[in-house]
Amino acid sequence: MDIAGHYNFWVAIAIMMIGLYPVIAKPNLVKKVIGLGIFQTGLFLFYISMGKIDGGTAPVHFPPAARHPQNYTNPIPTALILTGIVVAVATMAVALALVVNIKRAYGTIEMDEVEEIDHRDDQR
Amino acid sequence: MIRDNLPVLLIVIPLLAGLVAPFMRRGTAAWAWVALVSWLVLAAAVALLQQVLAAPDPIRYPMGSWKAPWSIELRVDALNGFVALIVSSIGAIVTFAARASVEREISADRQHIFWGVWMLCIGGLLGITLTGDAFNVYVMLEIASISMYALIAMGRDRDRRALPATINYVMLGSIGACFILLGIGYLYMVTGTLNMVDMAERLQALQARWAAGDLAYRRTVLAGYGFLMAGFAIKLALFPLHGWMPNAYTYAPSAVSALLSATATKVGAYIAFRFMFTILGTTFCFRTMRSGEVLVVCGVLATLAGSYFAIRQNNVKRLLAYSSVGQIGYIAIGLGLGNAAGLQGSIIHLFNHAMMKSGLFLAVAAVVLRTGGADLRNLRGIGRRMPLTAAAILAGGLALIGMPFTAGFVSKWYLVAGALQQNAFVPALAVIGGSLLAAVYVWRLVETAYVQDPQPGTDVGREPLSIVLPAWLLIGAAIYVGVDANMTSALSEAAVRALGVLP
Amino acid sequence: MKDQMILRVGMKMMIPFILVYGLYVIFHGDLSPGGGFQGGVVIAAAFILYAMIYGRDEMHKVLPRGLSDALVAIGVLIFAGTGTYGLLAGYRFLDYTPLKPSEPGGAEAWGMSLVEYGVGFTVSMVMVTAYNEITEPAPDERKTS
Repeated sequence: MDIAGHYNFWVAIAIMMIGLYPVIAKPNLVKKVIGLGIFQTGLFLFYISMGKIDGGTAPVHFPPAARHPQNYTNPIPTALILTGIVVAVATMAVALALVVNIKRAYGTIEMDEVEEIDHRDDQR
Repeated sequence: MIRDNLPVLLIVIPLLAGLVAPFMRRGTAAWAWVALVSWLVLAAAVALLQQVLAAPDPIRYPMGSWKAPWSIELRVDALNGFVALIVSSIGAIVTFAARASVEREISADRQHIFWGVWMLCIGGLLGITLTGDAFNVYVMLEIASISMYALIAMGRDRDRRALPATINYVMLGSIGACFILLGIGYLYMVTGTLNMVDMAERLQALQARWAAGDLAYRRTVLAGYGFLMAGFAIKLALFPLHGWMPNAYTYAPSAVSALLSATATKVGAYIAFRFMFTILGTTFCFRTMRSGEVLVVCGVLATLAGSYFAIRQNNVKRLLAYSSVGQIGYIAIGLGLGNAAGLQGSIIHLFNHAMMKSGLFLAVAAVVLRTGGADLRNLRGIGRRMPLTAAAILAGGLALIGMPFTAGFVSKWYLVAGALQQNAFVPALAVIGGSLLAAVYVWRLVETAYVQDPQPGTDVGREPLSIVLPAWLLIGAAIYVGVDANMTSALSEAAVRALGVLP
Repeated sequence: MKDQMILRVGMKMMIPFILVYGLYVIFHGDLSPGGGFQGGVVIAAAFILYAMIYGRDEMHKVLPRGLSDALVAIGVLIFAGTGTYGLLAGYRFLDYTPLKPSEPGGAEAWGMSLVEYGVGFTVSMVMVTAYNEITEPAPDERKTS
């Protein structure tokens, strides 16, 4: 198993797990959204790093044909992640809009306090 | 020209119409535009399904001037033609029925935006269904999911608990979608392509190498498959990853619950079908990874737990949401069994559950409109005061239980037959046990509606026929399909054959 | 933040350059890193910076809310329109050949550029709209204790 050679995947997965921790463990909603953002960033690093070829140049053709690069990195993961980043931005925008609305409706952005308020309303 | 381009029109027209809708300042104008477009989309979906059934091979539509596999292509066979028909028909009927409910539940200055996002959601769901490119699945999935977050959050005008329900759904749904993206990334690393057909061919060649003893890239495909199935389970709301669903469907606007309960999880089930059978292949999924057993276990637990939790609920919408968790368990059992009868049962149940659940949620929307709430006490005495609505709830409930001559019976018959063919007695017993538990909560609903007296001092007025008649259309379809199951049987058989599993 | 002189004077000089840079990233996107989304976000950053320093009302004088909402849809309609133009001309969706029928495959640059302009409009206006909505003062501004 090639551990050191795959260090990019180790780093990407580490960032993903660091980002996943606040989503699960922290009650503060803004921390959860930040964690989601870090998780998605790790995911993008994973994808982009998989496109890099050892010794590869940028995938651009320079006419005349003799100067076309023989060894170029794969541009497709970059294009995919562009779309992915847009999706992540849209998701974070929706999440932050919800956080603002929760603050206005409940007065707090801690999920445990919100659940406490809902629980008290149910008891009444 | 239209006939040749049906697949892409089915996606582009709802997306564009959804963008135009917010510019019609009044909610009713936006509704009329969206309703008109949804009926056009239904007509196009029917035409597409006819084309698909008439053609020997799946319809493949590459976009742009490039051919597959370099371009993104849309690939329509009997399975996704059928699912597209389900999504567009539910979209058309629920859009038509939802006007009165939305006018009451959503504030007037937001209704035109609501209808725009509604149409975007339907467009995204159709996009997931029709595409033949793995990454395009992720993009369309996120279009649909983000629209769903917005739609559910708009329930906050009625009940502020919609907001924490939605943020919970955002967190879980985004993580699920990211897992699916990660799985697609692993598969792309191994195959070098994103086109579903191309990926399937290369994965078959890779699996042949594994069978011959050369275990290259095996761990990568295993990891990718694990992430994919985790993501699908979240999107499908398969027990135990169903946590987002009950709260989201309870506090969403009633029309949104009607639309989403019938389409969102069905499309999630469709992509599970597509990845497991067409792309990765039955040998890998069922024999190497034994995910059939995992799916059956989760399905059995979903059926029993979902129906059990439904019995103890006092809010009708939450009861129906937990009932959905149980019904998705049936679909998972059928998928996990993997044989033709089980798969046919799952696919027929996709159709039946969509019809039944959206009909029930529309009937509940009528109750909410007239009585102001969706608790069980709002349902008291409905049998006398709103007879058509109560009859719809009764008929829908009977279909959920699986009485003979209703649609639920047909799908459960196939599921039990599929289970017995493999000598899997536990799933068969779970299917029957789920029906018995469903009988308990349906009886609770029926008893409250017909036997108990209405609360004194509440007046309901006339039934909102604009909601109740479409609800009867849907539940009537569920009963008709129970009596004459030829159409759904033939469609599901064509779909199963398109997946490569011969009945 | 209008009373912070350094911010005000500094930003007054920088915002035109930010806008031009954003437009450059969009226009030059098919030859260098960039394209519609990146350039759109840079342009939106310029508008939001202006709003943060001089106040939302000043930005609304430059970019009224109705205009930013409309441009969101118009950007997507440019994108979809390019695709549908291919559809109406008898080819497939997003087929750029009718843009330059004499040279098959030569219209790719044109088609890509048009699509990126549409995306640039949409993305910049979506970011500005998101800023507008999130910083909307609540109907009843209660100070939290």
